[in-house]
This record gives sequence, structure tokens and C-alpha cells, in this order.
Amino acid sequence: MTTTPDRLVDFDEVLTRYEPVIGLETHVELGTASKMFCGCSTTFGADPNTQTCPVCLGLPGSLPVANAAAVEHTIRIGLALGCRIATWSRFARKNYFYPDIPKGFQTSQYDEPLCTAGHLDVEVDGETYRVEIERVHLEEDTGKNLHVGGATGRIHGADHSLVDFNRAGIPLVEIVTRPIPGTGAKAPEVARAYVTELREIVQALGASDVRMEQGSLRCDVNTSLAPIGSLEWGTRTETKNVNSLRSVERSVRYEMRRQAAVLDAEGRVLQETRHFHEDTGSTSPGRSKEEATDYRYFPEPDLVPLAPDAAWVEKLGADLPELPAARRARLMEEWGLSATEMAWLVNADALGLVTDTVAAGASPADARKWWLGELARRANDAGVELTQLAVTPAQVAELTALLADGTINDQLARQTLDGVLAGEGGPKQVVEARGLAVMGESDELVAAVEAAIAGAPDVVEKVRGGKVQALGALVGAVMKTTRGKADAATVKRMLEERVVGS
Amino acid sequence: MSSTELTDLDAAELGRRLAGGEVSSVEATRAYLDRIEAEDGAVGAYLHVDGETALQRAAAVDAARAAGEELGPLAGLPVALKDVFVTEGVPTTSGSKILEGWRPPYDATVARRLKDAGTVLLGKTNMDEFAMGSSTENSAYRVTRNPWDLARIPGGSSGGSSAAVAGGLAPWALGTDTGGSIRQPAAVTGLVGHKPTYGSVSRYGLIAFSSSLDQAGPMARTVLDAAVLHEAIGGHDPRDSTSIDAPSPPLAECARRGATGDLKGLRVGVVRELGGEGHTDGYEEGVLARMAEAVQLIEGMGAEVREVSCPSFDLALPAYYLIAPSEASSNLARFEGMRFGIRVADDGRHDLDEVMALTREQGFGPEVKRRIILGTYALSAGYYDAYYGQAQKVRTLITRDFTAAFADVDVLISPTTPSVAFPIGSRVDDPLAMYAADLCTLPASLAGLPATSVPCGLSEGLPVGLQIMAPALADDRCYSLAAAVEAALDSARGHRLLDELPTRAGATGGAA
Ligand SMILES: [Zn+2]
Repeated sequence: MTTTPDRLVDFDEVLTRYEPVIGLETHVELGTASKMFCGCSTTFGADPNTQTCPVCLGLPGSLPVANAAAVEHTIRIGLALGCRIATWSRFARKNYFYPDIPKGFQTSQYDEPLCTAGHLDVEVDGETYRVEIERVHLEEDTGKNLHVGGATGRIHGADHSLVDFNRAGIPLVEIVTRPIPGTGAKAPEVARAYVTELREIVQALGASDVRMEQGSLRCDVNTSLAPIGSLEWGTRTETKNVNSLRSVERSVRYEMRRQAAVLDAEGRVLQETRHFHEDTGSTSPGRSKEEATDYRYFPEPDLVPLAPDAAWVEKLGADLPELPAARRARLMEEWGLSATEMAWLVNADALGLVTDTVAAGASPADARKWWLGELARRANDAGVELTQLAVTPAQVAELTALLADGTINDQLARQTLDGVLAGEGGPKQVVEARGLAVMGESDELVAAVEAAIAGAPDVVEKVRGGKVQALGALVGAVMKTTRGKADAATVKRMLEERVVGS
Repeated sequence: MSSTELTDLDAAELGRRLAGGEVSSVEATRAYLDRIEAEDGAVGAYLHVDGETALQRAAAVDAARAAGEELGPLAGLPVALKDVFVTEGVPTTSGSKILEGWRPPYDATVARRLKDAGTVLLGKTNMDEFAMGSSTENSAYRVTRNPWDLARIPGGSSGGSSAAVAGGLAPWALGTDTGGSIRQPAAVTGLVGHKPTYGSVSRYGLIAFSSSLDQAGPMARTVLDAAVLHEAIGGHDPRDSTSIDAPSPPLAECARRGATGDLKGLRVGVVRELGGEGHTDGYEEGVLARMAEAVQLIEGMGAEVREVSCPSFDLALPAYYLIAPSEASSNLARFEGMRFGIRVADDGRHDLDEVMALTREQGFGPEVKRRIILGTYALSAGYYDAYYGQAQKVRTLITRDFTAAFADVDVLISPTTPSVAFPIGSRVDDPLAMYAADLCTLPASLAGLPATSVPCGLSEGLPVGLQIMAPALADDRCYSLAAAVEAALDSARGHRLLDELPTRAGATGGAA
């Protein structure tokens, strides 16, 4: 894109004059086996247009049938967010033309959504922010356009365009917050924390795999600024294409800095859709909402209203799994963690891994130490997510067990991990195959110890003369000849017995 | 037996002869194909006929019968389908240029059910484009003529089906009815047509005009045939969410019992607002006279007849012309040239919006455009409540009027349409005059109720229809009363009404 760069105000300075209000619209692709209104598969990554039928292609005469599992997931998400579940809800048609909308309208919900009036509490730096949820509704996803040729990947300038309807009709839940005022400097982090927490909840419910990089969780981030003390909120922009948690935070930060510059210059913030650019962290204008489309919503006559039975909804509520906030509180108690320590785990995306490692037999302290320490380092070095490392929580637990029973020491454990990550098998297998077990007081070790003493008479002299710390050099020599397989404490004791005499 | 004699038989009689081995399906199918070949040039009932495939299917049924296979009562019977029904591999246009050349990859549920029952598809019949019209003059392809008078319209929008069945070019056919599109063409061609209770026949694979109103139904030469065809296509379909999952009453049995003519205990209401006192504007005298005779006839068979007032029926026409176009404006949005049908101006010089707009500009006819514009306007922000919202309230009022009426009577009757078949071209420049043809049929459509049109005589040598309306899911009441009226009139006359069809004599030589 070759648009002129926006003028930006320094973030801290923005807050001296303006108050931000944020809002989020989050789309979650549900992990149902079939699509929202037909029986087609929803598997990600299939060849284009292989998962289609007359219904999701919008062929003349075809009719939708609502997916009951999708309705159930939506209600469970609503319940987890403390929403009121409608006793009467309808689908509506959102009419507009675009080739990725096969019917010329998207089947969505308008004024009669399934869930309304919920909330989600999120924590940033020890402070809790309540995010009010306006609505949770169910709709269908669009197809995917591929614009071939041209520089931008956009339709303008493309030679031709292709449409893949595999995604068309996949159930989509939209979760809309009310405007969130009062977050001040924390606005970008509150936005990120909200999406993080929402993702955790949806994941805990098993409703979706919520993978932002595959688009199964997508965010539109609304940001506006108003002069401090103003009674009215400013004009908001809606940033799309925000594809990671980090981008959620960055897009709010960028929009605050950009809008402040516009307002400082006594300009007018346009109510528009903007696109976020991952590479530069900036946003650029898209469609202007001021020439807004009239979607001509009306109740979908091809579908019957949804009237969830109260007893059924109550049962869904009672059967909800432990939600992330409750789970964190319980684990803090069980593991004896502070809120900050728990926040580290969550921010590192390691809570699930640590939980599973503890479940596999490791102590909470060991599990945390490994995932936040050595393993986090390795992931960072390899440029992958912690969850993508080629080691399972059960293997980490096995590693800590080998350490605890003295089979290996810290250094050997790191070598063992090398083997596990290289695909050589589990820790026990690697220890055996690579011969990494700690040496006992074997003849080999005795020989190494005695060779070290014989090889360094000057050091022995110093130790006997009272400079006990000089013994370290002898320990080092033994460790070197045994290539780290000896236990340092054992070596030290053996050396003391022989040099100092006890 | 000559082709004409075979094609004169009603479907029930032809079915009996097929089952008894007196006639083969190939003979029956060929008889119809011969007559189509000879006469459809003048009548214009069909948009697509594939004789070869039809004869192959007929031969397969004959072979199965010869092999002693257990066949259903419809096996081997030819049938015609309105071109609004999606048929796998068979061109389907809904009467519109925009779908020219489209061969669907699937079958409508009703088409599939008829196929599974062993019927032989003769072809797809002409219709007003997207079922919008009352004369079939809005077809993008051809003019269809009324076999009773080739200068007159066959009704619409199922005018191809009515002309085919009345003209001996199909033993029976399926139509669809959104505001009267089965009943009005049946009335003006001397046929029996029934619009089932909304939700009792699947809409899957029926190219939508107005989703909350569209219903498929039978068009036949006798009440019994209509009931038999209705039973073959009806019943729950999991592919249609609005399909009713409840057992349907036995219809053919009711038609047979009804023909015995005993109406004692039946309470019949004559709707004042549909041609009654103070509401005769626009109704032809001949139509009102046949209606009055029908009332006497029904009374004479023992029914208790009274006048019933349904004041909100006066609002049916404006309400219908808001609801149907609103839904149509959305239903027709998918026709933009991207995935099926024609595409205009895809020459690298026009952008996406232009290609879609030009495709629609050239693909749709004037009546379709008129209704899309009307419906788009009615659904627009700021107008929704005043138009679509108000129309839905009128719909509720009409339903209440029906509910109140059915507290006192078992069925309601009226003329099916205010006039006999009008001359081709006489109303094309006056949409409001055209819309008036639906005056009597709209209330049952808006309330989702079953209604039958059964012939009740001629006026100026042209057929007049009597409409019988019943409560939801009481389609059987329509059939029993219609059968009684049909039997009484046939016996008084000494022959069927269709036997008076003037073009008959001239047609016999066609393809004997
Ligand atoms: Zn599908």
C-alpha cells in the first residue's frame, strides 16, 4: 500500500487530552462437524469447493435447515458469559451483493438474537475491568475470495477472482460488547485481555478451536476518542483484519495515536472500516460507513423461530465445564501461586500445558519451572509457540521424575530434552540410548577422581592448605572427563574424602 | 385406441389401464408426446420436452411391470412439471432469461417423489417469470394460450400447466401457488387445482418467489386425480424447515366419498367480501351467476349455507403486494450471474458491480424488476414498519377473520377469480387490473390455508371456478366438497365439463 503515513501522537500524550472508548465484535467459527444450514463438512484446508452442496452454494430452490449443535454451542457461550437466553429467537436476512455471499443475503440474526445482556470480567495488572456483552448471535460464514493478479491482493487491479465456498455456511457466533469506557491507558491491554479470556472460554466449552491464524476467531476492534471530560463519545472506527492477540492490542494503540493526531489538527474522525497491517502495525482506510449499506433486514421466512426450552437451557447451564476464571482461582489455591505468577502462566499460554504436566505426575513447581524456563527459551529460539514444541506434558513430567530420582541431573536433563525434541523418543528412551544416566560411585568414577587428584598436585596442595574452594577446579576436571554424566555433589564428596580426609 | 382417446382419459382411468396391462406406459407417453408435437406449437404450454428420455423411462416402467415387480399406483403415468421445480439434469428456468441454459444438479423433493413413484416426466411447463403474474404473459420465452379460446390467457402463473392439462397435452401437472397461481389458472381452463396448507408440501427445490406463501400443488382434470397427485407429493420433508411434521388426512379417499354427494351436516360459509352484496365491483355477472347456482346446488345436497363476513379480506391485495415483493427482492438476489444462468458484460472492461447489474438488467423482465424495486423499497430502513411491518399485521387480521369464520362453518366458498379468461394482451399495460385476478385467492394464501378451485360451469363459453377454503391441515374438506360439486354437475350435464372444450373436435385429427 502506498498511502501517506498517518501522523501519530505519542501514546502517553494521547492520554493527557483524550479518553478512549473501545468495543469488540468477535466472530468465532464453531467446531461443528457440519455447516450451519446444510450437511457439508467443515474441515479446514480441503480443496476449494469440494465441501459444497446446493444449499451452501445458494442454488435456486435450495432451503436451509438450522444445525441444532450450533444453536446449542451458541447458548452455552451465552450462558458462560452470563447472558439472558431468549425464549424466542429468529434468524434474519442481511441483504447485500457480493460473490462470496451465495444467496445475495447472509442468514444472521438481527433484533431477536439468541443471547443478550451478559458480561465478562478481565484482569489487567491486578485490576478488574467489567466488559458488558450486548449480544451473542448465530450466523453463517461467507465464502473466501481470491483475487488473482494485481499488486494488492484486493479486487481492484486483479486480473480475475476466484471464490471458494468451502467456508460458506460454516456456523459463526458473533459476540458483541457494549462500548467499554474508563479503561484509559489500559485500553489496548483490556482489549487484548478480553479476547484472550473469551478465547479461553470458548476453548473450555469445546465450541471451537479458536485459532486466530486460521481465522476461526476473528476480531473487529472499535476505537474512539473523546476529549477528557466530554459528555459525548467520539466517532469510532472499526478495525478489521486483526488476526492475533498482539494485533488486537496494537490496533487499539495505533488508532488512539492516529485519531488523537486528527483531533489535535481539529479534523474529523471518519466513521469507517479500517484494515490492520500486521507488518507495520498500522491501519488504513477501507469502506466508509458514512455511505452505509442498507441491509434491509427482515425475518428469514425459510427458517422457523428458535424457542429454546427453559428446562433444556437450565440443564446446559448446569452442565457447563469449569470456566477459565474459576479454574485459575482453583489452581492458584492448589498450587500456591500469586495472582502475578498465574498471570505469567496465562500470558505465556502455558496454563494448559502446566496443568497437563501436573496431571501426568509432575509437581506444580517443577512443571512451571520447565515450561516457563527451559521450554519457553527453546520455543523462543525456534520461533514457535510453546504449544507447538515437539514435547508433550507427559514427557516433561517424565523428565522431572528422572531428575527427582537422581537418574539424571540438570545438565543431563537438558541433553535429554535435546533428544526428545529431536524426535528420539521419550525421556527414558533418550537417557538409555544416549547413555545419559548419572554415574554412581563406579570404578570409572573412582578412576576419574583419582586421575584428577594425580593430575593437579598444586591444587591438592592449595586445598590442603585451607583453600577449600580450590576443590571446584578438581570437580570441574572430573565432570569434564565424565562428560557431565557424574553427579557433582557425589564427585565433591569423593574428592573431599581423598584430598582433605574426613 | 387413438392417441386422442388415450389422452382424453383422466389419470385415474389411465392408471387403471396401465396397471391392468391394457395400455403400456410407452403407448400412453407416446400418445401425449404426439399431441404435444402436433398441438403445442399453437398452445405454447411447454418450455422443455425431452421425448426420448420420457420414452426411456416409460419403457423401464413397462419392463419392470412385465418382470412382475411390485409397482405403485402412479407407475408409468406421464406428468408435467411447472418450470419452477428444479429437476436434475433437465433445464429449469422459472420462466426467466436469467436462468437460460441452467441444468440443475439436483431434484426438488416433489420432483423426486414423483420420479420415485414411477411417473414419466413429459416436460417443463411455461409460467410467468419467477411465478409473478396471472396470465403467463410474463414468461420470458413464449405465450401460452387457453385451449378453450386460443386468443385468451390460460391464467397464471401456472398457465403452462393449466393449458397442458386442459388441452390434453398432459394428464395432470404440478403448479405452484403464491397468491392464486394454481387456483386461478385451473379456474379459467376448467380444471381442478388445489393449493395445499402451507407447509404440507415440501418447498425444497421450488425456485422461491415468496417463501412464506409459496406452495406446490396438483392441477388435474378431476377432483380425484388432484387428490391422488397431492398425496404423492405431500408429507414431511426434513430439507424444508417450514414443512409440517404431521400425518396428512387421506385425500383420495375423501374425494371418493365426497362424490357420493351427501352434504348433510356440512356448514358452508359464503364470503361476503369476495363477490357478495356490496362487493361485486370487478366481478363478472356470469361468474356471480355460476357462483349463485353453486350455492343452491350445495344447499340442495343437504349443506347448511350462510353468509360470512371477513372484513379484513379487503386489505389482502395491498398486503400481498408488499409481502410477496419484499421476500422476492431478497429471494432473487442470488441471480447475479456468478454461479449459474447467464452472465452479461464479463469482457474485462466492466467491474464486478457492473457485471452483476447488467446481468440482472438484461436477465429479468419488467414485472420482475417492478416487484424487486417495490420489495426493496418496502424493506428499506425507515419504511420497513410502514410497509412490510403493517402488511404482516394485516396478515394476522386476515388469519383472525378466518379463525372466527371457522368457528361457525366448516368451509368457506367464493368465486376463484372475478372473471373468466381475459384476452391475451388486454391487461399487460395495467398491472393493477392484472393483480385483481388474484382478489379471491389472496386471503387463503396469506393465512396459509388450503383452498381448491373446482369448475362450476361456463360463462360466455368459458370456465368459471368455485373456490373452497378450509382450516389449516383440513385439505380433505376441500376435496370432499369439490368432489360433491363435480359429481353433481357432471351428472346433471351428462358429461364432464372438459368434454365441451371447443378445440377438441378440431384437435382429434392431430396425431391419431
Ligand atoms: Zn452445503
